[in-house]
Amino acid sequence: MTDPAVPPVLRLDDMSVSYRIRGRAVPVLSQVNLSIAKGEVYGLVGESGSGKSTVALAVQRVLPANGRMSGGRALINGRDVGALDRAALLQMRAREVAMVFQDPGRALNPSITIGRQVAEAFEILGASGHEARRRAEEMLTRVRISSPARVMERYPHQLSGGMQQRVVIAMALAKDPSLLILDEPTTGLDATIEAEILDLVDTLRREFGASILFISHNLGAIAGLCDRVGVLYAGRLVEEGPVRDLFADPRHPYTAGLLRCLPRPGLRKDLAPLDTIPGFPPAPGSIPVGCVFAPRCALADETCRTIDPPLVTTGAGRVSRCHHHDRVGDLPHAVPRAAAGTLAPAGASTGTPVLELTALSKTYGSAPYAVQALRDVSLRLMPGQTLGLVGESGSGKSTLAHALLGLIAPDAGGGMALDGAALAPEVRRRTAEQIKTLQIVFQNPDSALNRSHSVRRLIGRAITRLGGLKGAQREAQVTRLLESVRLTARQLSARPRQLSGGMKQRVAVARAFAGNPRLVVCDEPTSALDVSVQAAILNLLAELQAERQVAYLLISHDLGVVRYLSDWIAVLYLGRLLEVGPAARVLDGPHHPYTEALLSAAPSVSGERTGRIRLTGAIPSGVSPPAGCLFHTRCPRRIGPICDTEEPPFTADAHGHAIRCHLPRAELGRSLAPATA
Amino acid sequence: MSGALGPFLLKRLALSLLTLWLLSVVVFFGCQVLPGDPARAILGPLADPRAVAALNEKLGSDRPPVEIYLSWMGGLITGDMGQSYAYRSPVAPFIGSALVNSLKLAATVFAIVVPLGIGAGVLAALRAGRPIDRLISVAGLSLTVIPEFVSSIALILVFAVLLRWLPLSASWPAGSGPLVQLQHLILPALPLVIVLFGYIARMTRAGMVEALSADYTRTAILKGLPWRTVLSRHVLRNALLPTITVIAAQMGYALGGLVVVESLFRYQGIGSLVLGAARAKDFAMLQAGILTVGAFFVVTTLLADIVTTLLDPRLRTGGRR
Repeated sequence: MTDPAVPPVLRLDDMSVSYRIRGRAVPVLSQVNLSIAKGEVYGLVGESGSGKSTVALAVQRVLPANGRMSGGRALINGRDVGALDRAALLQMRAREVAMVFQDPGRALNPSITIGRQVAEAFEILGASGHEARRRAEEMLTRVRISSPARVMERYPHQLSGGMQQRVVIAMALAKDPSLLILDEPTTGLDATIEAEILDLVDTLRREFGASILFISHNLGAIAGLCDRVGVLYAGRLVEEGPVRDLFADPRHPYTAGLLRCLPRPGLRKDLAPLDTIPGFPPAPGSIPVGCVFAPRCALADETCRTIDPPLVTTGAGRVSRCHHHDRVGDLPHAVPRAAAGTLAPAGASTGTPVLELTALSKTYGSAPYAVQALRDVSLRLMPGQTLGLVGESGSGKSTLAHALLGLIAPDAGGGMALDGAALAPEVRRRTAEQIKTLQIVFQNPDSALNRSHSVRRLIGRAITRLGGLKGAQREAQVTRLLESVRLTARQLSARPRQLSGGMKQRVAVARAFAGNPRLVVCDEPTSALDVSVQAAILNLLAELQAERQVAYLLISHDLGVVRYLSDWIAVLYLGRLLEVGPAARVLDGPHHPYTEALLSAAPSVSGERTGRIRLTGAIPSGVSPPAGCLFHTRCPRRIGPICDTEEPPFTADAHGHAIRCHLPRAELGRSLAPATA
Repeated sequence: MSGALGPFLLKRLALSLLTLWLLSVVVFFGCQVLPGDPARAILGPLADPRAVAALNEKLGSDRPPVEIYLSWMGGLITGDMGQSYAYRSPVAPFIGSALVNSLKLAATVFAIVVPLGIGAGVLAALRAGRPIDRLISVAGLSLTVIPEFVSSIALILVFAVLLRWLPLSASWPAGSGPLVQLQHLILPALPLVIVLFGYIARMTRAGMVEALSADYTRTAILKGLPWRTVLSRHVLRNALLPTITVIAAQMGYALGGLVVVESLFRYQGIGSLVLGAARAKDFAMLQAGILTVGAFFVVTTLLADIVTTLLDPRLRTGGRR
């Protein structure tokens, strides 16, 4: 494949890393082998705890104080990183390897200007102060930052997440590295920004010719960007191969399971539950013999539990650490397909809506700095149905949820009604019944659950407050709720820190359901969770909905999640509804150019990146929104002056599908791959 | 960019003035409820009640409290702190010289404790978990809990009586040069240094540990910067922000809380002045003394806010998050 005389840019030889925890060495990576050739993009996939970030830290020798490379070697351009002396290590960091982290806001020093931070990277290479600043400005231009001179005077907190990540990438590329490590570079960014950053990386890799180690849990992002991919599970590389082949035909049950967990086009809550991977990833070092995946594997037999499978070649450039790699195609589904169809169809479409918003607006601050976070939003949601709310950051999704929950008061003139009765803006003035009826599941169960309370107390308190039950009745209700979120009595006395992320989110769901709600606001309910856990939570939400006819207001930036759960979809932009309609019609089209852009920004596992519509320019400030159609400054389908001056009408067709665009429906975009089978 | 600083400062200044006004009300009416009236305090317990009444009338202390308060406030605003009953002379010169003395003592305290505390905190954080870290943390904590009167007496015994390295009294002979003054100030400063050291060191250590483990520090390391540059440019500045606030808050304490030390070392500072005034029911002196200490508190807090704002651009430029 490559010239054998040129050493690979990165090579791991049986690399093992362990962390010392309470006096015991816990293996986090065991005997990982991989190599990245010059100019190659290698994706490393794994869920949290798989050790993928440890790989990045170990090859640069920045493991935490309790971490140690306990075996093997890491070679960069043929030189053993572990054997470098202090000066050579600094040289390697300054010239050969660069890294981009997950959270750009925290990777930048909050009290130093952007210009200073970027210039620093050039100063290390020997540039004078003036020269360094000039080159920093040039580099910011290369990462497509407009007006770099102005950005250089700014502090990190004054930039958006996408801009911050561009700055971090600029700093990384300053040294023209031979190896660029990207550790979850787009996690936490909006889908459209994520697409931009991925595009940028794709372009820059050609311009700079750097090899890239791309670490991510996002299979779609990996598929779109990488040449080869390695799958990491419990500190072991379980499968490796060219990315298209591997995702199309996985040869390890774990890879196959991961791919099946993804909510993708064609899957919907009323058709079939998502597949999941049963059980939990093992604690590091807890499986001393046999295959690490055996306890969760449907193909596992006695051999798997006693003999650690070797890496077997399964095709051109492909290896798998599985005894049964030739039978992965027969892997039974963890959730029986028979369950399909047992779910009740979507809730009623006539009768009193459980939620009705009329002309809801919210303005923050006062003129001339007023920001209109919501503009005249009218929506209705029927019992037992899900309304998916999509839009980028700053689109007003959270403001809408907060207004609904009574956390902020909307502007006068709008109305909110719950089950046909007016809903007071302040939570204090709502009836106990209304509070019970309307509950929320937050994004991050860690911060939503009181750490010092046991599960029994967390759920019990909600039952007492919302359901008014005490004593034995309360205990019985706790047990019932626990069962309905698929937890067992064993977890009753546990505290949040003893639970996994998925279990915590189940507790949060149980708490929301304590008062038999009719409407639950789900604010990014799965975005803090791993793919396999996400599938289980989505199934749970779908089942609870079918059982209890509860309606969901689902806020998510993940269109896969929205597609799976939603009956209706509303698209918000700068606080304005641009499109609303039945989920399938919004997804299949004809849809608003903005919806089209959002849909094509979402990376898919098949790796198709053609036909993507790219949005150019930043989201306009809410202080001075564009005149005419709010979207015209970024719209790829702008017709002419009419878009700049006149706001399009918002009219619905016979199915209740409304689009705010001047283009006639026949000319609006449609999905190439229909969302529904 | 500094546009946001102006309104911010104005707001803080207004709040400071409000604080001072509230303090004046509390101090004044607090003094009013103390038993005994000024004339009785001046003339003594055996004086003729008619003479007491006459003097009260002459002093104006028989008027309604609100009226007395207003005339007192009027005086304060025009720079007149009133008359001391005990000394029968204007209060202001007493306050002035006591404040200067107290400031000298406080300055000595901070000149010693700030570099020492920050240095120890930085060292402890860099050696987190090692013996030196434990030593600094335990020593700091144990020293903090020793009351000033205990450490003062121990220090006097050791350095002034046994070793005779330092003078026993804090008051220096009139006309002494700065060096002699400093020699006299070290011993009374030490008890406060002991109390404050652990506090500042702990605060610094916490800030350092956080900054050292921050992502931006990792970014700096991975840029290939030498360790010393990483520390000076990226870690220290962010790490010391909370410490600065704590130091400023402690300055007010050092000035007003010196009562014990000042009286043990017979030092003519504002603490002993206030104590003496309270004993003698010298209300004008008492009120003026407490207000002065309060004003100092307010000024140091304001300074701390300004410094923090200058160092932290997120505050200066109105952060989005």
